[in-house]
Amino acid sequence: MNEREMIARRAALELEDGAVVNLGIGIPTAVANYIPEGVEVTMHAENGVLAYGATPEVGRQDPDVFNAGAQPITLLPGAAIFDLSTSFGIIRGGHVDTVILGTLEVDQKGNLANWARELVPGKYGPGMGGAMELVSKARKVVVVTQHNVKNGESKILKECTLPLTGKGVVNVIVTEKAVFNVTPQALVLKEIAPGITVGELRAITDAEFIVAEDLCEYRLG
Amino acid sequence: MGGRVRIPALHPCSETFSNRNFGEFACIGEEKMNKVTTLDQVMERVHDGMTIMIGGFNGICAPIRCIDRLAKSGVKDITLISVTCGYPGGGFDLAPLFVNKQIKKVIASHIGTSPEAVKVYKSGDMEVEYFPMGIWIEKIRAGGYGLGGVVSPIGIGTMLEAGKQKVTVQGKEYLIELPLRADIGFIKGYRADRMGNVQHRMVSPNTNVVMASAADYTVVEVNEIVDVGQIEPDRVGIPGVFIKAVVQGNAMEDHHKIYEDLWVRSGNLKRKEGANHE
Repeated sequence: MNEREMIARRAALELEDGAVVNLGIGIPTAVANYIPEGVEVTMHAENGVLAYGATPEVGRQDPDVFNAGAQPITLLPGAAIFDLSTSFGIIRGGHVDTVILGTLEVDQKGNLANWARELVPGKYGPGMGGAMELVSKARKVVVVTQHNVKNGESKILKECTLPLTGKGVVNVIVTEKAVFNVTPQALVLKEIAPGITVGELRAITDAEFIVAEDLCEYRLG
Repeated sequence: MGGRVRIPALHPCSETFSNRNFGEFACIGEEKMNKVTTLDQVMERVHDGMTIMIGGFNGICAPIRCIDRLAKSGVKDITLISVTCGYPGGGFDLAPLFVNKQIKKVIASHIGTSPEAVKVYKSGDMEVEYFPMGIWIEKIRAGGYGLGGVVSPIGIGTMLEAGKQKVTVQGKEYLIELPLRADIGFIKGYRADRMGNVQHRMVSPNTNVVMASAADYTVVEVNEIVDVGQIEPDRVGIPGVFIKAVVQGNAMEDHHKIYEDLWVRSGNLKRKEGANHE
């Protein structure tokens, strides 16, 4: 199992039965394929779908049935289709419970920065898409990210340096090495991957965190 | 979808209408209001420096034949209003417009899906203005529906405030987001009749519905053009009053093939389970 699949599987465990869920592009999209048994959620896609299912195989796709990542999806019984304005009415109206999304930076206070980094001096990208609205209104915001960027720098910071998508909006951070909860007091380490110690994790994490009393091994479902 | 043709009770050509002395307008839908147009005729209206709105979402349910013609037209200095800059990974839909450097400015929620757009932006040859996706579509709605702007709670306290008027309503701060309109709009539907009434199919409403209202000249590209009366009134997703031109897009069979090839090519559709694990 590669790191991306690990993260997607673990993030799927954050889904609560009955929740309306929105998944961002990239690793979050894959979460739809790992929803735990016994948990029924309703998937919302920004481009205008409620209640979609897993990726179809070739021959079962429909050219007009897709998610916000432009990938083919299947529609479940009870699915609804609507335009973009309605889709964001659903979001801003507070009807999406859980959001799982990727990020450029996240910090120990739950600040999220995932829409603007300097591509070249004075030019920012890639853009916020629907993220600002999603994180400002969802009850639970789960950030999925690789623990470190390619040069080894931590993605989980003491304080975000990039323009914010949302302030104090993140509840859970899932990486391939650990799971953290953001609480008003501190960032709390809840789970740690096999083969790494808390000390080693601190060494590769910029953010300060405390260790939960019930710290357990990283769960994959 | 049922291709059965029937004459609705209040069809313009029905007895009910002619009895009320609609006279020469009785058959307006059949004779005088034929909006079916060729892409050649449409392109005669497109000029350098125009603001052009393009519907769909990340290249799906997008007017890809219109886009193709726009890319081949050589029209430049376009201000493009599109929710993103195209299919993730590029090489489809809007990509040639960026490769050809036809776009002067993009008004979007996200450009990162398109390597071609990012490249032009980084080179300094293109300006980008970002809006949160849901506010972006409301700005277009304001433009199309005759409103003065959007009173938006999104982006307060962020760099999105720059240059915008703020108002306090019932003790809460909002940004005034101004309406967006275009000279030409290209949108995509499933079927349209000659009066421009558009029927959706599956997830095709996306940006297309609201965009239809917000251009001086809205062109709808459809998989199928049908006779007036074939789309039942309660199946009309975009009223023809918003539409100036109907153009023939890819027939359903080709439409299916184009997206199957695209999705297989980009790894979003797998041939057989287990055959191609990452």
